[in-house]
Amino acid sequence: MAVHQPLPDLPPPPSERGLWGWFRQNLFSTWYNSIASLVVGYLLIIWLGPVINWALISAVWTGEGTDDCRPGAACWIFIQQRLGFFLYGFYPAELRWRPNIVFVLFLITVVPQFFPRAPGRKWLALFGITGLPVLGFVLINGGFFGLDPVATSRWGGLMLTLILAYVGIIAALPIGVVLALGRRSEMPVIRGICVTFIEFWRAVPLITILFMASVMLPLFLPQGVSFDKLLRALIGITLFQSAYMAEVVRGGLQAIPKGQYEAAQALGFGYWRSMRLIILPQALKIVIPGIANTVISLFKDTTLVLIIGLFDLLGAVRSTLSDPAWRSVAAEGYLFVALCFWIFCFGMSRYSHNLEKKLDTGHKT
Amino acid sequence: MNSDPSLPPKSSVKPWNDPRVRSAVFQILAILAVAWVGYSLFQNTLTNMASRGISTGFGFLDSSAGFGIVMSLIEYNESMSYGRTFFVGLANTLLVSGLGIIFATIVGFIVGVLRLSNNWLIARLALAYIEIFRNIPLLLQIFFWYFAVLGTLPSPRQSVSIGEVAFLNLRGIVLPKPIFEAGSGAVGIVLIIAIIISLAIARWAKRRQAATGQFFPVLPVSAALILGAPIIAYFALGSPIGWDVPALSGFNFRGGITVIPELGALLLALTLYTASFIAEIVRSGIISVSRGQTEAAAALGLPPRRVLRLVIVPQALRVIIPPLTSQYLNLTKNSSLATAIGYPDLVNVFMGTTLNQTGQAVEIVAITMAVYLTISLSISMLMNIYNRAVALKER
Amino acid sequence: MKKTLASISLATAGLLTLGMQAQAATLEDVQSAGELRCGVSTGLPGFSQPDSDGTWRGIDVDTCRAVAAAVLGNADAVEFVPLTAAERFTALQSGEIDMLSRNTTWTTVRDASLGLNFTGTNYYDGQGFLVKSELGVDSATQLDGASVCIQAGTTTELNLADYFRANGMEYEAIVFDTSEQSVSGFDNNRCDILTSDTSQLAALRTQLSDPSSAVVLPEIISKEPLGPVVRQGDDEWFNVVKWVLFLQINAEEYGVSMDNVDDMLSSDNPNVQRIVGTAGDMGDLLNLPADFGYQVISQVGNYGEMFERNVGPDTPIGLSRGVNALWTDGGILYAPPVR
Repeated sequence: MAVHQPLPDLPPPPSERGLWGWFRQNLFSTWYNSIASLVVGYLLIIWLGPVINWALISAVWTGEGTDDCRPGAACWIFIQQRLGFFLYGFYPAELRWRPNIVFVLFLITVVPQFFPRAPGRKWLALFGITGLPVLGFVLINGGFFGLDPVATSRWGGLMLTLILAYVGIIAALPIGVVLALGRRSEMPVIRGICVTFIEFWRAVPLITILFMASVMLPLFLPQGVSFDKLLRALIGITLFQSAYMAEVVRGGLQAIPKGQYEAAQALGFGYWRSMRLIILPQALKIVIPGIANTVISLFKDTTLVLIIGLFDLLGAVRSTLSDPAWRSVAAEGYLFVALCFWIFCFGMSRYSHNLEKKLDTGHKT
Repeated sequence: MNSDPSLPPKSSVKPWNDPRVRSAVFQILAILAVAWVGYSLFQNTLTNMASRGISTGFGFLDSSAGFGIVMSLIEYNESMSYGRTFFVGLANTLLVSGLGIIFATIVGFIVGVLRLSNNWLIARLALAYIEIFRNIPLLLQIFFWYFAVLGTLPSPRQSVSIGEVAFLNLRGIVLPKPIFEAGSGAVGIVLIIAIIISLAIARWAKRRQAATGQFFPVLPVSAALILGAPIIAYFALGSPIGWDVPALSGFNFRGGITVIPELGALLLALTLYTASFIAEIVRSGIISVSRGQTEAAAALGLPPRRVLRLVIVPQALRVIIPPLTSQYLNLTKNSSLATAIGYPDLVNVFMGTTLNQTGQAVEIVAITMAVYLTISLSISMLMNIYNRAVALKER
Repeated sequence: MKKTLASISLATAGLLTLGMQAQAATLEDVQSAGELRCGVSTGLPGFSQPDSDGTWRGIDVDTCRAVAAAVLGNADAVEFVPLTAAERFTALQSGEIDMLSRNTTWTTVRDASLGLNFTGTNYYDGQGFLVKSELGVDSATQLDGASVCIQAGTTTELNLADYFRANGMEYEAIVFDTSEQSVSGFDNNRCDILTSDTSQLAALRTQLSDPSSAVVLPEIISKEPLGPVVRQGDDEWFNVVKWVLFLQINAEEYGVSMDNVDDMLSSDNPNVQRIVGTAGDMGDLLNLPADFGYQVISQVGNYGEMFERNVGPDTPIGLSRGVNALWTDGGILYAPPVR
């Protein structure tokens, strides 16, 4: 019996292969695509070239002051000169080892979270939301175990940005979950309270909240009661973002098919048990990208604390730029802050994007 | 928690195990707690204000303001009341939010579609734009545009002239201002009539297409009508609209309309920032429409352009519109960052200068928050109605 | 964390004991807290500005430190709360700070309707204009149509409107939150004029990238007596803040300074004795320690020293005493006697 033996496939024509083929497919597939590619490519070369030259190639990296700068070239000297201030604000230089330890612990806790197979990930996460904030507070604030206290008004720079973002996130998530459950509660009063709360915080601009928290709060409280200014900013940011978090989680709860709720009931689970064991694990998994987006926006919102006089990273750079000695490097200063924020936020969004892909069980093509 | 809601309450169930009793108790407790917290806050505030000798009430709104505001859409001068400053601020907030929403939508849709382009370079460029602008704090972007970009424009005496009628400088863009003379009303009426006729044509074309299947090019015809008719009327009536062309005198340009750079910087930042989010929303809306839909439409013989308009866009909109509205809301709220660069919006004028001159912090902050609440609740309400109408019905 | 927990439980307890309102006793509060919370400017050279170590310096800052020295015996027991002009009164009204020392002008409206009391004047100022020299303007009456950079929530904003209206001129007010921002607006050519108190104009001019590109016009268009502010309804605290400043002025008049205050303890001039607390019972009357005057002078100095150190001719600000000289030297500084 003759075996049917197919001939090997012919290689694709040369015009579809290799670099040239790639170009043809992706840049010059039609006449208008070709024109668009050429125009855009030309503009990119015209603009990017000088920018790269300004920012990197001819830039001045080290020196003593703006006198060492050259016209027509970026001047990054201020980063080297003011790095301590950008990172720690007015935190005393000899005590900076304390936030450094906390930062290392923070990295140890957080980095494994991005690798699903890292050992001890769950325990580290538990430490991250319980031990780390307490330990961090003890170390950075001092006042315990013979550590010199450092007033929160001296905290600043990137350190302050990270503190605000981290504490805000680990506080906003649980509050958001509770609010979301309340919004879907069958008790009309609880639902009403949660809806009012969520809608209020979502409607009002953050800077009005920060203004109220920073200068008006004592008016609403009994006399003699006062909170730290940083704590108030933190509470303001947390409540603001927890309302957004609640809406994200609600989306997840709504996406769980009714059958899941009914199955939980049929198994005889009470409300909290069915939520804890069946509904929330599924709902939270669906909304991880949404949570990541909330985290990113919380991180960006921390910059607003500069309006109420806290020196976060942007505040520290702006205060440097208001010094006449450094006024001429405004563009470089803003680019530097932008780059810092961008690295954090972009990393975060890439991570959430990957998760989204991994969790996507739909069948779209 | 071992109550079983599916069982009817029997006499053997203890009252504290009866879910209905429990829920009633919970709710009463919640009401009491909320009412008590609210009452304490209110009382504390009143007591504190009384003991500190702060005057209360809204009487201050009628007193004369006595300060100038750089930009006002409604008539305003220093002798007008604090109440008036509220409306000046509100109008400026609405202006920048309205323009921001329009521009951000346009840019966002274009970038969102380009993001799906099959031209590698363009798709990558759109991606770069999105990733850059949405991952940098808005406040920083506002500072950047205001101080680092618009700050480098020339001073008024070295203005960039655009055809000798409009001028661009550090103080903004000065545009010629139309002066409506007698007969200009007729041009407006012609414009309105043209719009009505276009709408009628669109309806007629739709009905005819449904009945006969014949296609009528509505868009070019209406465009020609709406643009052309008023222009013809304008010249036929002997150019009844004059122009007040700005001219340099003293420090600055006089006459014309000035668009201040604070507005420009804020608008640029708000637009580019929000558009990067809108672009992502548009992209995910379009790819959410399953490929089978496109193929089915093609199988029915629809040309590609109409596949997009008749099949993909209506389905994508269902996904796009809810997050889009929340972006609009965000943009409106974010416009309050105007205060950082001195654009006279509600927060800057009313919660800034007016609050400071009068000291009525509680009243003013309450009014300001009420405005944002109203804006946001009205948008939310429309959104919920829309959501209910288009949501997939699960049975 | 302890403090935080304590304040949270305090807040709850406070809500519980609703209606139980203690009489505002700022002095006791400050003494029991061991710290004075003082509102200052976010950054104004010579008045209040953090230096590169984050230590606050300036004449307004020293006014706070003097009060802390008098009340707590330690001039460093101050928590400085930087405030923008727009936040300052709300912060004081709400009890966020114990006193405000932030180049604040004393006016009828502020004194009468904001629930505040001005305790005196630590600097007599007036509003002036800083103009780009390239415009060739030499008088404020030539400013018709100019764009003016100004700081939000200040009396200068009102004076400016009055002045331009009175002279039949038009202007465009560009309002910034902080003085730093208005300076960079002026520096970037956003406005033709920067208006502020003249003491600040000199300081702000040094912050320009090219200080020689701008000149201060001769006109002074308003009176701006700047001084510390406290809440109304607490006369005890009002007296303390008021008399600490008066004491510093009197100390200069009688030649008591940081350097010689220890020698002055043995002085037999009754005026000096009352200032340093070796005679009379001024401390008792004000509910302060008997040696409060000694503490103020030894830690902060008299008014003249405070002036010279922060804004005097040897500082970058370089202001002369002018009207801020003692009445015996031809100025208008005249403090009621300590007796």
